[in-house]
Amino acid sequence: MTAALSIQGLEKVYGNGFKALKGIDLTVKQGDFFALLGPNGAGKSTTLGIVSSLVQKTGGSVSIMGHDLVTDAFAAKQCLGVVPQEFNFNQFEKVYDIVITQAGYYGLTAKEVAGHAETLLRALDLWEKRDEPSRMLSGGMKRRLMIARALIHKPQILILDEPTAGVDIELRRSMWEFMKKLNEEGTTIILTTHYLEEAEQLCKNIAIINHGEIVTNTSVRELLSQLGTETFVFDLENGLESSAVRVPELESYEVVQVADDCLEVTVAKGQGLNQVVIRLNDAGIQVRSMRAKANRLEELFVDLIQQHKRS
Amino acid sequence: MSEKAKLKSIWAIQWVAFSTIVIKEVRRFMRIWQQTLLPPAITMTLYFIIFGNLIGSRIGEMGGVDYMSFIVPGLIMMSVITNAYGNVASSFFGNKFQRCIEELMVSPVHPAVILAGYVMGGVARGVMVGIIVTLLSLYFTDLQLHSLPIVVIVTILSAILFALGGFINAIFATKFDDITIIPTFIITPLTYLGGVFYSISLLPEFWQDVSMLNPILYMVNSFRYGILGISDVNITAAISMLVVFIALLSAFSIWLLKRGTGMRS
Repeated sequence: MTAALSIQGLEKVYGNGFKALKGIDLTVKQGDFFALLGPNGAGKSTTLGIVSSLVQKTGGSVSIMGHDLVTDAFAAKQCLGVVPQEFNFNQFEKVYDIVITQAGYYGLTAKEVAGHAETLLRALDLWEKRDEPSRMLSGGMKRRLMIARALIHKPQILILDEPTAGVDIELRRSMWEFMKKLNEEGTTIILTTHYLEEAEQLCKNIAIINHGEIVTNTSVRELLSQLGTETFVFDLENGLESSAVRVPELESYEVVQVADDCLEVTVAKGQGLNQVVIRLNDAGIQVRSMRAKANRLEELFVDLIQQHKRS
Repeated sequence: MSEKAKLKSIWAIQWVAFSTIVIKEVRRFMRIWQQTLLPPAITMTLYFIIFGNLIGSRIGEMGGVDYMSFIVPGLIMMSVITNAYGNVASSFFGNKFQRCIEELMVSPVHPAVILAGYVMGGVARGVMVGIIVTLLSLYFTDLQLHSLPIVVIVTILSAILFALGGFINAIFATKFDDITIIPTFIITPLTYLGGVFYSISLLPEFWQDVSMLNPILYMVNSFRYGILGISDVNITAAISMLVVFIALLSAFSIWLLKRGTGMRS
């Protein structure tokens, strides 16, 4: 099957001599939910900028759904929807007009996309705001408007450059649901984010970039399996102080009390949790719920970046 | 899809994209009509009253016609070119400034179509202002019409040429001040020295020769020929010159767009 995105030896040297990309190779499969991660200035936005035709490459090639971005730009660009990091729509235009105008750039008339525009704006909670100038929208609404605009021509690939930056938790979760559904319906999604929990929750595959080089490119599952330990959060039925009980000594487990009614237990890979629950129960501590701590990727990310720096 | 069908669909897509840009541009200048259509109407009415009525009545005839009739074609042309230029310069730079030009850069719209769309938006505003000023002038003078085709051709070509100028200005502009420099220091002086208010036959021979280097002189005189049937220049040469400059500036603009000058890092 043709790759959704294929990048070969991509290089970018800016006018001031700064080498932002040092010949990276990257392949994203069709239907993937892919994250490109890296610290600030690592080359994420430059890479996506080149793929989106907003940044001029100085070397290498980019192919989108098998269409070369230089020699077959017309076909390549039709496959792509882009949600940039910064707001980049006309602040004086109405919400509906922004979406319809974008459709026009892909050869779709207002009449042809009216139904799809309504579906998208409703799905993103913007339908009631359709006749308002875009500058009147809140930050979260503006982000959703950029998503609606990027999807109006039903692209096969959606690029999201930090789509949930500065968005509150509730809205972020609803945007995750929207993106998950979109991916399930067949759209390949490529995103950059600083929220590693977001990448862990949403993505199937991940590439980490640092100083213009790909540090790792693998599946989320594979990456997480590299962790030697895993931390679980135990929410307790009662506060430890009020019930006057003490956490028992648990050999070979690292237990940290992070709140009166919350413990974090770190276990080695493959080590069971039954013993922990039994021992806590014996000590009169009831566990209400348990979950994996969601910053596992963050630990790996920091490790990999540090290793890359040292090398 | 066969190559023929694919080619047809490319043309159809580019046509819709072109129409979209033109509609967006027209919607923009109509939305802010107080800034785009009203000021030239007020300015030109003042020109008609002060230069045409008050001063013109003391001047008498110019080029064989009364002074008011002489300056009206020049003032209409001045409105057309400054508005065609200003529309594209401010709109395209505004889009760059707000970064909404990126909407077009990520899309499959061909650079020539982007250029044509913005230029057509400028032409639309130039022609609309030209019509408003023409209607206002009818209150002050009985306008003749010597050749409608010449009037239409010269108006459209001049508007296209100046819209292209505005586009190039906007591409290189990095701040709002940059889009006022050329109108203030180049277009306005050339317009005033381009025979709007006088016939160059009044000038000494040396300055007549210098005036012949001013491209706006050809537009004003060609338009005046279409209205009054009098001109200081050869009409065929003037129209040919317009076509050549349009071709050169179009090619340059498309080259700049393809390179992403001023837009792509």
